Amino acid sequence: MVSHARPESVTVVALAGQPNVGKSTVFNMLTGLDQHVGNWPGKTIEQKIGDCDRGERRIRLVDLPGTYSLTANSEEERVARDFIIRERPDVVMVIVNAAALERGLYLVAELLMLPVPLVIGLNMIDVAEAHGVHIDVGVLEAALQVPVVGLVATKNRGVRDLVDAADRVLADPAAFAPERPTFSRAHGPQLDHLRSLVAGRLPDCYPADWVALKLLEGDTEVAGLVRTAVPDAWGDIEGVLTQHEDAYLDIAGSRYQWVGRMVRAAVAHPRAGVITTTDRIDRVATHHIWGPLVLLAMFALVFWLIYAIADPIVQWLGELVAGPVTSAAEAVLAGAPAWLSGLVVDGLINGAGTVLTFVPILVIFFAALGVLEDVGYLARAAYVMDPSMHHLGLHGKSVLPLMIGFGCNVPAVMGARIIEDRRARLLTILLVPLVPCTARLAVVAFLAPAFFGAASAPVLWGLVAANLLILFVVGAVVNRVVFGGTRTAFIMELPLYHRPNPRTIGLFVWRSTVAFVKKAGGIIIIVSVVVWALSSLPDGDPETSILASLGRLLEPLGALVGLSDWRLIVALLSSFAAKENTIATLGVLFPPDGSGLGLAERVAVVLTPAAALAFLVIQMTFIPCAATVAVMRKETGSWRWTVGGVGLLLAIALIAGTLVYQIGSRL
Amino acid sequence: MRWAWTWRRRCFSVSEERNGLRRGMGPQSSPASADDVPRSLAELAAGTTGVVSSLRGGRGLTTRLLALGFTPGAEVTIMQNRGRGAMIVMVRGVRVALGRGQAAKVEIAAR
Repeated sequence: MVSHARPESVTVVALAGQPNVGKSTVFNMLTGLDQHVGNWPGKTIEQKIGDCDRGERRIRLVDLPGTYSLTANSEEERVARDFIIRERPDVVMVIVNAAALERGLYLVAELLMLPVPLVIGLNMIDVAEAHGVHIDVGVLEAALQVPVVGLVATKNRGVRDLVDAADRVLADPAAFAPERPTFSRAHGPQLDHLRSLVAGRLPDCYPADWVALKLLEGDTEVAGLVRTAVPDAWGDIEGVLTQHEDAYLDIAGSRYQWVGRMVRAAVAHPRAGVITTTDRIDRVATHHIWGPLVLLAMFALVFWLIYAIADPIVQWLGELVAGPVTSAAEAVLAGAPAWLSGLVVDGLINGAGTVLTFVPILVIFFAALGVLEDVGYLARAAYVMDPSMHHLGLHGKSVLPLMIGFGCNVPAVMGARIIEDRRARLLTILLVPLVPCTARLAVVAFLAPAFFGAASAPVLWGLVAANLLILFVVGAVVNRVVFGGTRTAFIMELPLYHRPNPRTIGLFVWRSTVAFVKKAGGIIIIVSVVVWALSSLPDGDPETSILASLGRLLEPLGALVGLSDWRLIVALLSSFAAKENTIATLGVLFPPDGSGLGLAERVAVVLTPAAALAFLVIQMTFIPCAATVAVMRKETGSWRWTVGGVGLLLAIALIAGTLVYQIGSRL
Repeated sequence: MRWAWTWRRRCFSVSEERNGLRRGMGPQSSPASADDVPRSLAELAAGTTGVVSSLRGGRGLTTRLLALGFTPGAEVTIMQNRGRGAMIVMVRGVRVALGRGQAAKVEIAAR
């Protein structure tokens, strides 16, 4: 966290920019691994702070959320502008995408109204050149009267020069005299009037010019601020505002006119009708038939990579944890009381092992996601999927968290952050647990062959399809009932395709994986220990444990879905710690009986086919694991939504299980 | 590619462009366009260009569109429009995907 009091030797530099400008690449180039990733206070928006050494001094780099403008429309925009106004960084570096120059300068036009010096980093000059856009940096700098540095951040070209430019501005802040946009033609008299009404009466950090402009733009947050600060003049102000409700159109127009003047001499555009690489790829990638097929192929590729690369590692890790690590721990704890070795071996190592074995799968998921994002494909995937996602009240971007869900629901819930619209984000988080994760698929794949023999493959596919079907139905119904069937606005930039940057992707994979291990790891270990305690207390015999009594208590309910054996109920309950615990619990409760049958076969003996299917259906739809529930709470910021979501899944599992068993046993 | 085809047609005659337009429109296009003059981005065929005249809709949506460059007077080229579902347009040199509902809020100046 950045505090108000800062040591003199530390310079605070804010990094601003619109989405898709390579801002994180610049940030990573300057800070490397020396960065702190957290959340903005009280927000679910990621905050990245990093240090960059400059000889004697240290520069503290604060990465602001990517925003197209600085109105108070979204949480990101509020965070970005509040930081600049209240924390007053020494200088703001704005990263502008050379291939989207005009739009980038729109943000510059907004930033120039705030009392901080700017330097502009004109990034992706190479991509712009490749698409035929030539920019004369010197001419642009002369027009803006703001330092402009050309960058190719992915190749670390110009990044140091940008810091040097910031240093020069810092050395002589008084010399910073940019060509600011003016709004006199549009609404000059009104702006003057508003300014005179608020001047001198606002909290210190707020410049009157900017407040007047934002009032006229209809900014509700600034309006609220002024109403409290200047209550007696509010009547007058409101009068002006209601008379000029449409002023914001003119103001935005004036900004773009200013942008037009600034770039006029500096930019040479390609001649019309040139077909670019991006156009060529998009003919397939965004085509209404080929597009979804390309996306499907990408999914298939990712799953193949997991199968080919991650699976062997996961198995090896699993054997390592179950074999040498466990026996080593047992050897060390040989003299210790039985409860202690039980706690460490069955509780801790089992729990920690679980987290560990999932990491390779997630690394591949994150790497694939990072590459697709960096190349510019993810926006196309969202565009292609938007029509089908809309039926569920979701956003095109929801397809990505849902896809990650196949790997693990925890990062999937965290990944829902990319959806700006709160309604669609909440709904996505609610639906993610219906995507069967690898852990659940592993359990089902382990048991199905013993339950259904040759028919196990179609049963497996059927179960996955059933989950997705339930997901669709629940999405459509919840959207209709809770949100009145409203559609999410879909506005998204499609960036130019470009070569991925290994460093950016590597850091993304590293940070996402660490975040997962930290978040999920702790919870999984705690819950594993609790489940272990419940299954071994009071006297160490699973048959008479607290968990067993709980299972027996639930037997009448279990009978409804064909699970009249308490051991099966306990196995399902233990999956709350982690989904694959089902197998571990069954292993404890169905010990080898000398019949020579494997675990899955021993379980199959006590189940009719209908009950076996019901058991698998419940395993697939049952309440999400503890780690998922924890991140659901964190990301939604609402207990009501979290508990509601868990309750809904519980109801779905019971209803689906009952239907399957009751219908199945009558056939 | 169809958009290239319609674009070429546009160069020949206005009436042909309208034919192309009608073909490009789906069941969702508004009945207000019965006289074949496009009123919003959603009604423009792929390959054609329009000039924004005004924006409708709530403040949240319009400020987002403005920041992306859909200001009155801005030229917008349609890259992809199948007459239903989302579409892709080019505004100020940037490709933007827009939902149909959002595109319908961007009004186009009559030529």
